[in-house]
Amino acid sequence: MALTAPADPADLVSTAQPGPPPVHRRSRNPITWVREHIVGIFAFLAFVYLLLPNAVVVLFSFNNPTGRFNYQWASFSTHAWTNVCEPAGLCSSLVLSLQVGVLATVGATVLGTMMAFAMSRHRFRGRAPTNLLIFLPMATPEVVMGSSLLTLFVNIGIPLGFWTILIAHIMFCLSFVVVTVKARMASLDPRLEQAAADLYANETQAFWRITFPLVAPGIAAAALLAFSLSFDDFIITNFNASPSSITFPMYVWGSATRGTPVQINVVGTLMFLIAILAVGISQFVSWRRSRRA
Amino acid sequence: MTAFAGLERGSQGPAQPPPDSGKTRGRWTPYFLLLPGMAWLAVFFIVPVVFLVSMSLQTGNIVDGYELTWNFGTYGDAITQYWDQFVRSFIYALIATVAALLIAYPLAYAIAFKAGRFKNLLLVMVIAPFFTSFLIRTLAWQVILQSDGIVVGIMEKLHIISLLQWLQLLPTDQVIFSPFAVITGLTYNFLPFMTLPLYASLERLDPRLLEAGGDLYARPFTSFRKITLPLSMPGVVAGTLLTFIPAAGDYINSHLLGNTSTTMIGQVIDGQFLRVLDYPTASALSVTLMATIVILVAVYVWRAGTEELV
Repeated sequence: MALTAPADPADLVSTAQPGPPPVHRRSRNPITWVREHIVGIFAFLAFVYLLLPNAVVVLFSFNNPTGRFNYQWASFSTHAWTNVCEPAGLCSSLVLSLQVGVLATVGATVLGTMMAFAMSRHRFRGRAPTNLLIFLPMATPEVVMGSSLLTLFVNIGIPLGFWTILIAHIMFCLSFVVVTVKARMASLDPRLEQAAADLYANETQAFWRITFPLVAPGIAAAALLAFSLSFDDFIITNFNASPSSITFPMYVWGSATRGTPVQINVVGTLMFLIAILAVGISQFVSWRRSRRA
Repeated sequence: MTAFAGLERGSQGPAQPPPDSGKTRGRWTPYFLLLPGMAWLAVFFIVPVVFLVSMSLQTGNIVDGYELTWNFGTYGDAITQYWDQFVRSFIYALIATVAALLIAYPLAYAIAFKAGRFKNLLLVMVIAPFFTSFLIRTLAWQVILQSDGIVVGIMEKLHIISLLQWLQLLPTDQVIFSPFAVITGLTYNFLPFMTLPLYASLERLDPRLLEAGGDLYARPFTSFRKITLPLSMPGVVAGTLLTFIPAAGDYINSHLLGNTSTTMIGQVIDGQFLRVLDYPTASALSVTLMATIVILVAVYVWRAGTEELV
């Protein structure tokens, strides 16, 4: 922070004031070292706390447990990796979660992007209540949203299952999509659209050639967020599912009392690897784009 | 870019109107764009809450049906019966929020000011735990905190166990299935929600302000207290809300990492709705939880005086 030598002209001005700023010398004393790196040490410990469970998930995907529960390390085995679908119901729950996730992502991304465009590019009456309606689902505990939707479905007589899960997922993903796309639109330079208009592009052309490509990364990020929220949701889903529509998180929840198959950790590890790979690819693509530009 | 610099924000642009202008952007366009999403939120968020409130005032049972009798007594009974779980939920959520703030602040600070070119990598590492299912990661804490494990061994060496026992967070010698385990899980699960808003507000902070503070003979701690902390308040407020609200309603952690004496209100609502099938009591508890959170959040935001939240 203030300890480094001033590099900015602004700092040279301030050092011209009477008396030099306090100078700290580096020392080999371990206590001084800890004091100088205290923030870094805390951050390192925080990362250990954050990533320790992931490490355990990966490690225990190679376990060969003796009982029904995968809590004690017994011996190394790749059995779970080669027989992922062995536990009854695991792969069907994964398929259901993927189906719900994809459809909820499409639904929430389309509806949410439309709303984000309306809110950042148009004037309309009722902006404050619109903002409130978008903010409220994000500030409501899941258990309240789940139970209130259940009350609705029970009262109207809609049978619980795939469609009620999908309805719920689109509902709670929607606000997050709006907020993410709106943030991207706010960072756009409105003069680009005006320049397009100056060059005789009509509204449609300006939208599809200028605005949309610039907002696309924000929409992609929103879609990824929606998918991960949907794929990982337990509480709301649990209220609006039937015994014949078990999603993957519900399967894991049930297995916590029945006995946890090692394959759960395999799925967890695979999800982690796929996501890391996706992040890596997107970083690589943007790095190459910035080099070409 | 400099060619457009003369154009004012919001100016209507060219002197000669471009062809086709105004055909597609009608007065009604924003309403058409907003309608489907707003309708979805109204029908599947607002209407259910109305149904929930109505259900909490009905009497009857699942077989014969329910009738709206404006029976406010349900609220009194439900709150008295589950008072302990309510209080426990808010205490656990509060402890988890404070713990998350204390852990996330140095983390966000280090990423914003000390990470250099590793900034993006470290941000990915903060979000990375999200990539594995919430439930699987919470189950992993059962492995980490088990009685003969390495972590518990380290905690014993550092006398953390006796400290936690003195703080009433560990009723017995067992670390797993205790209040401490539940709070550890809550803090862990919502830590990224605390870290990201804090990072966002710290990253906007001009480091020259801190240098100026140093030049004016402020000690590092004084600079932090007078410059960094006040300027990061929007992040603190957003982060604490994003942690406290889901933590108060969560019951995955208390179910997987706790025991019968760590039951939180979410567990009670879930059980009443899905097993006991006492819909009026369950609805009354749900409405009470939401109302309490709305009041707490409103008071907090008002006291913190932050405007740019949404």
